[in-house]
Amino acid sequence: MILGMMLLFVALSTQAQEKKNKNAKYEFEVNGNCEQCQKRIQKAAFSVPGVKSATWNIESHQLTVFLNEEKCSVLDVKKAIAKVGHDTDGVKAEDSVYDKLHTCCKYERK
Amino acid sequence: MKKILLLLVLLFSVISFSQETIKQDSLKTVTVEGKRRGLKKSLSGTANTTVVTSKELLKAACCNLAESFETNPSIDVNFSDALTGTKQIKMLGLTSPYIMITEENIPSVRGASQAYGLSFTPGTWVESIQITKGAGSVVNGYESISGQINTELIKPLKDIPFYLNAYGSTDSRFELNTHFNKKVSDYWATSLFVHGNARVSKNDMNDDGFLDNPLGRQFNIANRWQYANPDTGWVTFLNLRFMKDEKQTGQLNFDPNRDKGTTNYWGSEINTERLDFSSKVGYIFKDMPYQSIGFQNAFSSHNQESYFGLNQYDIKQQSYYSNLIFNSIISNTMHKFATGLNFTYDKYAEFVNFADVSRIDNSVGAFFEYTYDDGDKFSYILGGRFDYHNRLGGFFTPRLHVKYNPWEKAVLRFSAGRGKRAANIFAENQNLFASSRTFSVLDTNGKVYGLNPEIAWNYGISFTQNFKLFGMNADTTVDFYRTDFQNQAVVDVMNSPQQVLFYNLKGKSYANSLQLDFNLEIIKHLNLRTAYKYYDISTDYLSGSYQRPLQAKHRFFANLEYETHIVEKGKQWKFDYTFNWLGKQQLPNTASNPHHDQLPEFSPSFSVMNAQITRTFSSTFEMYIGGENIGNYSQHKAVLGSDNPFGPTFDTSIVYAPVFGQMYYAGLRFKIK
Repeated sequence: MILGMMLLFVALSTQAQEKKNKNAKYEFEVNGNCEQCQKRIQKAAFSVPGVKSATWNIESHQLTVFLNEEKCSVLDVKKAIAKVGHDTDGVKAEDSVYDKLHTCCKYERK
Repeated sequence: MKKILLLLVLLFSVISFSQETIKQDSLKTVTVEGKRRGLKKSLSGTANTTVVTSKELLKAACCNLAESFETNPSIDVNFSDALTGTKQIKMLGLTSPYIMITEENIPSVRGASQAYGLSFTPGTWVESIQITKGAGSVVNGYESISGQINTELIKPLKDIPFYLNAYGSTDSRFELNTHFNKKVSDYWATSLFVHGNARVSKNDMNDDGFLDNPLGRQFNIANRWQYANPDTGWVTFLNLRFMKDEKQTGQLNFDPNRDKGTTNYWGSEINTERLDFSSKVGYIFKDMPYQSIGFQNAFSSHNQESYFGLNQYDIKQQSYYSNLIFNSIISNTMHKFATGLNFTYDKYAEFVNFADVSRIDNSVGAFFEYTYDDGDKFSYILGGRFDYHNRLGGFFTPRLHVKYNPWEKAVLRFSAGRGKRAANIFAENQNLFASSRTFSVLDTNGKVYGLNPEIAWNYGISFTQNFKLFGMNADTTVDFYRTDFQNQAVVDVMNSPQQVLFYNLKGKSYANSLQLDFNLEIIKHLNLRTAYKYYDISTDYLSGSYQRPLQAKHRFFANLEYETHIVEKGKQWKFDYTFNWLGKQQLPNTASNPHHDQLPEFSPSFSVMNAQITRTFSSTFEMYIGGENIGNYSQHKAVLGSDNPFGPTFDTSIVYAPVFGQMYYAGLRFKIK
């Protein structure tokens, strides 16, 4: 009986997960410094199909993304950002890419 | 266990989600604050827009909107004519009917209010002004040709509880502005603006027997309500406004009660009453801050009763304007669009010397505007609208703005667009009633007073470069705009000094405008703004091709501002100086008049200087004194034929320079924060 309820609940919750949000909002930190970084980070986020809006705040380093979860995930966005040289909590940029950043964009890596 | 965990996760996500919604205060309108600079030119905006902040508006006497462009080179302020005392503005060399003038994006100065409308918005009510050169946006309509001026009034939710401004000047003009504000609840706020001004005594500095500026009284009251709820995404504005304006001018001895309608003395009275009501409702979609819908409605009733000597002119306009607009994105915010519908209804009851020229205009239109922004160097706005108008017919209006940043701190812009409008020939040229000119409309087949609608294309390019000069900030801009008229309601004062002719353009009419700007921060707190402007505005008249009368071909502008450091309690000095030089101007043809009532073909060149000193005693109290036309230049003959005002050569409309000499003023501003 309990097992049955649990199964039902899991089934329900997975179903709930499958119903994906077309305007999901995420906010996370992206490491960077300046206006150039801002353009680069936002451009990288927009390159992911399904990203509807991406705004990186220069002061707080927070990136606010709205994305269609049917088309992409927040991990895709982080990967795309790492690819152009910016670290996030989940995905780090390759050293070779980071090294090629403009001097003013060379943020302190954590 | 797993269940509880899941529930917890679910609960947590719901909580964090609701927190996020609270955090979204993106609903609040983006307003530019004037802490640092009075004039702001953006390197990233797609259109060639200058933002005039409230700080800039404090730099001049600036009693009303018409006078608030004195320190801004993009707009030329004409000298108020002896009759109305109202300053007319020009952009790219074209007068205000060719500019779309909106108040919070609702068309405000149009139709009957074209001549004096800008003087019906007190300067202290204004929060900021956006001036866009060139074609403008399709969202607000099809009428703009040379540019757009949008005024944002002070927002109740951001207003201070009390504001007082008192002003007095040596031309015996007095003003009082009081603002009251109350935050009714977390979401509702209301402001009450009360304005009164009066010119109480008669001035005749040039001894021609005529008042140099009119006696007048204006009472203006506005009540605004603002609602913004970031939780639901709803925003609302409600505005109610009433204005009553009275002017009297003419000969010193003119007494309206005794002399109106007679030839004892020449005189004029212009009385206007205006009522405005507008509402805005907007909704920003929850969880989708990039999508919104807005619905604007505006009703106005404008009633002008006036006479100019023996000429009687009455116009009453009742207008209704409605705009439904939907903003969203295509796949992401690099691709935005705005689409919607407009409806306009104008009922004119207009009488020119008792001849009834009343009409009803209405139009309905749909627009679509697409904005691409790569978030870096390149952006463009492509817009189009289709309208059906009972007099202008069905027509399409395309507009394009492109921006490109070729290298650092530089911006290149291009714009092109079409505009179409019905010229209100009498309302727009009513200053000509104050002359012995006869009015003749030579065409009869058109649908607006016998004339065809005006159609013009406007194209422009602009380049701005910011740089460092001796380590200080500097920038330079070059603009070139051209307006080509396909049809124009030509106002011809070149044919005869006893006539004004109106007819459809036969031949060519164009306006070229070139502007070179150079701005420099000389030392900290000392800023220089300079501009040179070249205008070539030519029209084929019946008697030949001439430059537009009363328009200088060359103009030079300079503004110097200096501020001391703000010391304890906000004490500060501010100094401001503006210099304008105007080259010779084509004057209306007066060659056939008797010798002593002739003017030369061109006016002389001259310069005008204004200055102001402001002393801030604290963040809540400041006083200012200033002078206009300090060099005391005034036009030699302001009223033509002034010795015989009912004779054939009488004309008050030819004003190319200040009529009144130097003028000094003082005022104070007090705030409760």
